[in-house]
Amino acid sequence: MPLLQAKQVTHYFGGLCAVSDFNLDLAAGELIGIIGPNGAGKTTIFNLITGVYRATRGSISMNGVELVGKTPNQITQLGIARTFQNIRLFKELSVLDNVRIANYSRLNYTPLEAMLHVGRYRSEEKRVAEKALDLLSVFRLDGWAEERAANLPYGSQRRLEIVRALATGPQLLLLDEPAAGMNPNEIMQLMDFIHWIRDQFKLTIILIEHQMRLVMGICERIKVLDFGATIAEGLPEEIRNNPKVLEAYLGEGGEE
Amino acid sequence: MTYFLQQLLNAMQLGSIYALIALGYTMVYGILTMINFAHGDLFMVGAFLCFIAATFLKLPFVPTLLLSMAGVALLGVAIERVAYKPLRQAPRVSAVITALGVGLFLENFTLVFSPYPQHVPALIANRTWTIGGVSISSLQIIIILLSIALMIILDLVVRRTMVGMAMRAISWDKSIVPLMGVPLDLIISITFAIGTSLGAAAGTMYSLAFPVIDPYMGILVGWKAFISAVVGGIGNIRGAMIGGFILGGVEIMVAAFMPSTYRDFVAFGLLLILLIFRPYGILGKPRPQKV
Repeated sequence: MPLLQAKQVTHYFGGLCAVSDFNLDLAAGELIGIIGPNGAGKTTIFNLITGVYRATRGSISMNGVELVGKTPNQITQLGIARTFQNIRLFKELSVLDNVRIANYSRLNYTPLEAMLHVGRYRSEEKRVAEKALDLLSVFRLDGWAEERAANLPYGSQRRLEIVRALATGPQLLLLDEPAAGMNPNEIMQLMDFIHWIRDQFKLTIILIEHQMRLVMGICERIKVLDFGATIAEGLPEEIRNNPKVLEAYLGEGGEE
Repeated sequence: MTYFLQQLLNAMQLGSIYALIALGYTMVYGILTMINFAHGDLFMVGAFLCFIAATFLKLPFVPTLLLSMAGVALLGVAIERVAYKPLRQAPRVSAVITALGVGLFLENFTLVFSPYPQHVPALIANRTWTIGGVSISSLQIIIILLSIALMIILDLVVRRTMVGMAMRAISWDKSIVPLMGVPLDLIISITFAIGTSLGAAAGTMYSLAFPVIDPYMGILVGWKAFISAVVGGIGNIRGAMIGGFILGGVEIMVAAFMPSTYRDFVAFGLLLILLIFRPYGILGKPRPQKV
């Protein structure tokens, strides 16, 4: 059984078809890329998978469980986490709290225990805080734990967003333009980093990206979208030479 | 000096009631960026539940307080689900107008059952101590201490627990909170339950201090508590507490040292001036509007 399966997923915003007949069979451990020009529907697909939007038609399932109709927090609990194109941390909370909140669904105490600070409250909160700190130290962010997230340098904020996503305990990680705003050198590092987290946390990853270098460099399989439709899919070298893709990206009469 | 200390004590009593109500405004604003203008009327319902529990059920103080808080919390959660939740994506003005409508409904619903003002029986044995010329009553002590205790509990919940952290996260960016596995609707309901039950606690204590209650009592008190929340910095919990005590202090002191008819005029005038210099309130911070 595939980890994630999308069948004929279609989504309309009013009369505008943002995604049409999107299909995907994703096996556990795969790392695939979704590329396409601006407005091709890439981020919409992430929003459909995570339940932010409800697909107009079609079905999406995770480990055989239907996701369409579920709320985003239910879907998160089924093991899907994501990052955002424009970093969306809780900037007023501390770095540690940003990671702690991602453990919400795994806490186990009653409000009364919480108010009185007794019983499971202490042990559970301690467990979560320790786990969050461990995770931060794996990503060398533990030195910033008490700092407000807004005060982190840009690259660290990107890393923190990934840490926060990992703290929800995902099997599937959706990365929305992780290389945005990075220089070629940083992109090289990011490629190693993505491979590393995949192996370390046994993840399956879907990546949305504009940076061809990154996508061609690490994705095992690529899907190309244009105006909501899938125009090509295959191995990186197949995509690189696909005339439809070149046309969508470069316009007619572009690079031959 | 004794006169001033006496008035200071009165200011503490009134201020703690304003602060408790202001917390309800500020918590709801914090997570929904909406002013729940029905909150003053929920305070009134709290006072009426206190009246019912004390008069008809003949309950003592603590059960009366708990019954009033629980009843209003349920009502607050129900109002959010029925009236506000369908408007969560609508412009905020629609939600605010709905809140005004809910307030009018509560006033008139209460009016049906109680067309005349009611008298709340004294639930607390009235004892008065005199310390250095300042007289202090058992009721004043209870109101001040209980309010402070409730505020400390709230502060602990918001700062220390996961639910509190979720509330703070929602106030920052509501749309991504569910992606952390946090059930948004549940947290919003908990916020309404806590905020409105604090308002009910204030209603209960207010009706013991000023025992004649009527269905419109929540209007002016609600406005003043709302202004307290704005003065403290709306959306900021500690700000609401400070704002409540400031407003209570200004009101009592104006009445104590000037003709008492100046009270509201001077109090509101001072607040207008304060807002000119600190438009986001005492503890509020300007924040970029998010889309």
